[in-house]
Amino acid sequence: MSDAVAFDKASTEAGTDSQVVIPISRSSVSERVLSIVVPVFMVLLAIAAWQAHIVINQVPRYIMPAPLDVVTALFTDWGTLAPSLLVTLRITVMALAIALVGGVGLAIILVQSRWIELALFPFAVILQVTPMIAIAPLLIIYMPDTQSALLTCAFVVAFFPILSNMVAGLKSVDHNLLNLFELYGASRWQTLIHLKLPSSLPYFAAGLRIGGGLSLIAAVVAEFAAGSAGKGSGLAFRLLESGYRLNYPRLYAALVLLMMTGVAIFALTSLISWAMLHRWHESALKREN
Amino acid sequence: MRHVSKLFSNGTLALKDMSLDVQRGEFLSLLGPSGCGKSTALRIIAGLGAPSSGTIDWPSSQISKKGLPEGDVGFVFQEPTLMPWQTVWGNVYLPLRLRGVSKADANPAIMEVLASVGLADFTKSYPRELSGGMKMRVSIARALVTKPKLLLMDEPFAALDEITRQKLNDDVLRLWRETGITVIFVTHSVFESAFLSNRIVVMRARPGQVYADLPLETSAVRDENYRTSEEYRATTDTVSRALQEAIMRGAQAK
Repeated sequence: MSDAVAFDKASTEAGTDSQVVIPISRSSVSERVLSIVVPVFMVLLAIAAWQAHIVINQVPRYIMPAPLDVVTALFTDWGTLAPSLLVTLRITVMALAIALVGGVGLAIILVQSRWIELALFPFAVILQVTPMIAIAPLLIIYMPDTQSALLTCAFVVAFFPILSNMVAGLKSVDHNLLNLFELYGASRWQTLIHLKLPSSLPYFAAGLRIGGGLSLIAAVVAEFAAGSAGKGSGLAFRLLESGYRLNYPRLYAALVLLMMTGVAIFALTSLISWAMLHRWHESALKREN
Repeated sequence: MRHVSKLFSNGTLALKDMSLDVQRGEFLSLLGPSGCGKSTALRIIAGLGAPSSGTIDWPSSQISKKGLPEGDVGFVFQEPTLMPWQTVWGNVYLPLRLRGVSKADANPAIMEVLASVGLADFTKSYPRELSGGMKMRVSIARALVTKPKLLLMDEPFAALDEITRQKLNDDVLRLWRETGITVIFVTHSVFESAFLSNRIVVMRARPGQVYADLPLETSAVRDENYRTSEEYRATTDTVSRALQEAIMRGAQAK
């Protein structure tokens, strides 16, 4: 109600066009409930079908475990799985953090001059196109320990999408706004902080979402290639180990943990980009519908 | 502004030996066909891009170390050119923020200028929530928040509908009278320039030059009645003819 009063008041002062306030569409409550219920229901249905398949066809546990077996394994093997989950999580989060700092930092340096970009971009591209799984064994040799080798792998993979998105974002600033900043005598630093960084937030959000997913995948794939073992090993090692031992419920439990980690990272990075953009950017607006 | 003269010529000859004296408190329209260099002239005055030859002389008291009368110039672009991630308030705050004025110190000036363009109730709105005319008002408010002595407007209302444009023309006139600011207004609309200005400079293209300099001294109050008055009609007639000749000259030169 207070909104309408505000509009009326302004229209007397500001003329006809001030009445034209573009409404922001909001989906109704029932639609919102449905948009949560439908996907959850479908997932539950798929799990139920899985359970039914195992029970009806009497599939042995060492071929394919039933969902209930997996849940049981999650609890009974938690002592083994939890430390590994933590290891994988730590590598993923650290790799993503370093990739964010490095990607954004290098992007800012790259766009300062065409020559810097020409000099440094080949290295970024070479790092990106080289299959990470092929260099992982080398990194194991060169790095002081397995953990830092895995970290390096995950970092390299997550780094590039963040870098290239940020470079694109920093370059696609509205030219009129750049003129405006020049007109008001803004320093390079002020232009970066108040104009270039905020206007590349949508690109940063895209890089963050891609990089977040990739860093987890890379952390797992690198561990497969590196073949770490014993204490301090991550979920990838638990997958291999359970496979060798034909302990399929535990293997599936490790898979479920990885999957949930991936979903959690996606949800978190989506939430962060929503928080950054929802008030002003088109991409975040459409997500509400 | 006294004794302001500009003399410049450009490599692509967007402007050739263009000279112009702008008096303090004038409302001057730069009128001409597209491509006649009127926007270029405005940008050079604003310091966005140096002239290839010639100089811009400001009253000596106002020249800063950069050769520009810093803070004395406000610029309104063709597009509203707002930062979409900032509220209306934040957008108007920008020029002061870049000078290191704190939010608390800037607030009175921002609220005053927003009230003067009729947007006092929209401080917390984001640009995407506003109509085209309102965005333009924010842009004007931002240009005025530093209390400049010279306001440069580059076809600011070209993309707006006729009704909104007339309303904004009225408001610009009101602001001009209230503040005593000097305005240089680039337009390709004869009617707009005739309604607003007390001096119209008609430019020709290829190369961009001043073709005619028409002072418009009228005692009439420029309101809705003026739009339909005989005096206004005669003025637009004169201006149209001058513009037509300028276009012909440009076409011959091609």
